[in-house]
Amino acid sequence: MKYLGLGPQKPKVGVFDFTCCEGCELQLANKETTLVDFLSLMEIVNFREISSDKGDDYEIALIEGSISRADEIERLKKIRERAKVLVAIGTCACFGGINSLKNRYPIDEVNREVYGEMPKETLEVKPVKEYVQVDLAIPGCPINKAEVERIIVDVVTKAEIKFPKYPVCVECKQHINTCLFDLGQFCLGPVTQAGCDAVCTSGKMGCLGCRGPFEAPNFEAFFDIAKEKGFSKDYIKERLSFFNAFSEVKDV
Amino acid sequence: MSKCDLNIDVHHLTRVEGHGDIHVKVKNGKLVEAKWQVVETPRYFEAMVKGLSIDLAPILTARICGICSIGHALASFRAIERAMGVEVPKLAQKLRLLAKHGETLQSHILHVFFLAAPDFMNVGSVLPIVKSHPEVAALAVKLKGLANDMCDLIAGRTTHPVSIAIGGFSSVPKRESLESLRDRIKETLPEIVTTAEFFKTIPMPDFVRETEFVSLRGVNHYPWIGGDLISTDGVVKPENDYLAMTNEYVVDFTTTKFTKLSRESFAAGALARFNNNHHYLYPEAREMAEDLGLRAVNHNPFMNNVAQIVESYHVMLESIDMINELLDDDFSDVRAAFEIKAGKGVGAVEVPRGILYHSYELDDTGVVQKANCIIPTTQNNANIHHDLPELVKLEVSKGRSEEDITKLCEMLVRSYDPCISCSVH
Ligand code: SF4
Ligand code: SF4
Ligand code: SF4
Ligand SMILES: [Fe+2]
Ligand code: NI
Repeated sequence: MKYLGLGPQKPKVGVFDFTCCEGCELQLANKETTLVDFLSLMEIVNFREISSDKGDDYEIALIEGSISRADEIERLKKIRERAKVLVAIGTCACFGGINSLKNRYPIDEVNREVYGEMPKETLEVKPVKEYVQVDLAIPGCPINKAEVERIIVDVVTKAEIKFPKYPVCVECKQHINTCLFDLGQFCLGPVTQAGCDAVCTSGKMGCLGCRGPFEAPNFEAFFDIAKEKGFSKDYIKERLSFFNAFSEVKDV
Repeated sequence: MSKCDLNIDVHHLTRVEGHGDIHVKVKNGKLVEAKWQVVETPRYFEAMVKGLSIDLAPILTARICGICSIGHALASFRAIERAMGVEVPKLAQKLRLLAKHGETLQSHILHVFFLAAPDFMNVGSVLPIVKSHPEVAALAVKLKGLANDMCDLIAGRTTHPVSIAIGGFSSVPKRESLESLRDRIKETLPEIVTTAEFFKTIPMPDFVRETEFVSLRGVNHYPWIGGDLISTDGVVKPENDYLAMTNEYVVDFTTTKFTKLSRESFAAGALARFNNNHHYLYPEAREMAEDLGLRAVNHNPFMNNVAQIVESYHVMLESIDMINELLDDDFSDVRAAFEIKAGKGVGAVEVPRGILYHSYELDDTGVVQKANCIIPTTQNNANIHHDLPELVKLEVSKGRSEEDITKLCEMLVRSYDPCISCSVH
């Protein structure tokens, strides 16, 4: 899909977080068995959560979180100027993520609910691509470490970066799971891009589509089937909008 | 007393979760200001969860925190279950605690080795330690790997669990996996003992400020999920009275809220749990505490690092016993059936950084009408803010350099293991 055009030496990487839970960057420090090998592929020059070294000479910037305050927009733009390649990691950065649920209510109301008479500065939640060019988007809430490792290797070795072209159902069936619809539950697996190894449905939790739509989703057919199974329009809408990853779907 | 001037301005403190600044001003040896300013962008979870269905609410609120998402999910489920009067089966309760033990171990090890240890070893991050002290890095990797696998196995995923559900569990691990988990925990016990031996060689900074410590109150066991609330100043309240235990208020100079109880601030976390409940630790863990110089009631915030190591040992030991008990069960009852009802419920859970409260009001269709989440680091932020001036005054009186004092201030904040984005949810 993409060649990001970096030099052959170890790329210098910076990791930056915005409005988020920092769960995605934590994945980078997880998967202990391969951690040392993974880290040896790159030189981390800026990663505030785990390191006091603050370098500005990164080529790859990994951006975690959505954008919801004026100073974040400024910080993001500065990072964009410095980085050759900007990668949005996680559903918050790629789509706005769960933070977008805030956008259902007027900002004043939201502020009063949490801070009463002492409101704090905040904006409508937006994904990173609303403010700067994103060269690569790796979705997931949280990101799947195995996928990120594979992609970083592709970037470093200048291989083609590929995402699955099929929905979560394919991975779900590889696990020989009973379909949740047959258990009376709802699931967005049929319209969502695979790559998470169907981790939710394998734990019998319906997919909420954190990775966004796959290449060729047939929404109409999916909604019809879901409605036939007894799930109302509002029910489907509530789940479809949970991660804000299906904003192109205007009606259910 | 030396007549020094200090101007400390730590912008976005590193090796903590989230964004916070330290400001210290000393003129002619006199403290002008020392403050802990959290600048994290608020996410407004209490507003976001309003209007959501109960099955989605815990999935949302788990995402308050990327490190302790299992704890948030458990507090959220507990609040909803208590609001609707759902009795979680014994087996599921044990499995939940096991998942939580995995998270406690994961989070404590992350903090002790990745975030705190670099200060004691005078490096910027854990990365140089991997080269200079591979045996120390190996301890961290092994313990954290075990903890993550434990969370993955029981909760379906370490960060943002998938198999915990209202009433219990939607899916549970196989017996064989539990058996091999138990054996692996047993095999890894020497690693936590070696960790303690390693930290024994590192003296914690000597700083004491008399503090009130708040936690759950243990009954026969070291407490983790639900029960009465207790403080070292003698306050005891039922779980439902969490508001009176926290007295949360908004502050103008920072995006975190503050809390207080009998004094202007209090502390939560491993040290608070230890100070209130040390007699319920496994004897081996109690011995480890003694050996590391940790004795209740300890008022040195830096000893929270040590309390985390002691708790890590305790949860490993308890997990082994709990898995043995679980294996005697036939796994037939892992989830209670329930009916959606209107109601109000509180869930208090001891997460790695201290006591966490979630509370929800539900309507009769199972939609959240009102929510409140009070986070351990929110509680600790006020205490950090009040520790700082005392630490600075003490160090100035010793004639320490600006560089040394800056580092100590940073270490003080880190010793609380703050989860800042969590505290500004
Ligand atoms: S995408 Fe999910 S895991 Fe990642 S930062 Fe956002 S809320 Fe956290
Ligand atoms: S459970 Fe979901 S992902 Fe799995 S097969 Fe059914 S619809 Fe697809
Ligand atoms: S199953 Fe769905 S919600 Fe779960 S990780 Fe995969 S894409 Fe995301
Ligand atoms: Fe709150
Ligand atoms: Ni947290």
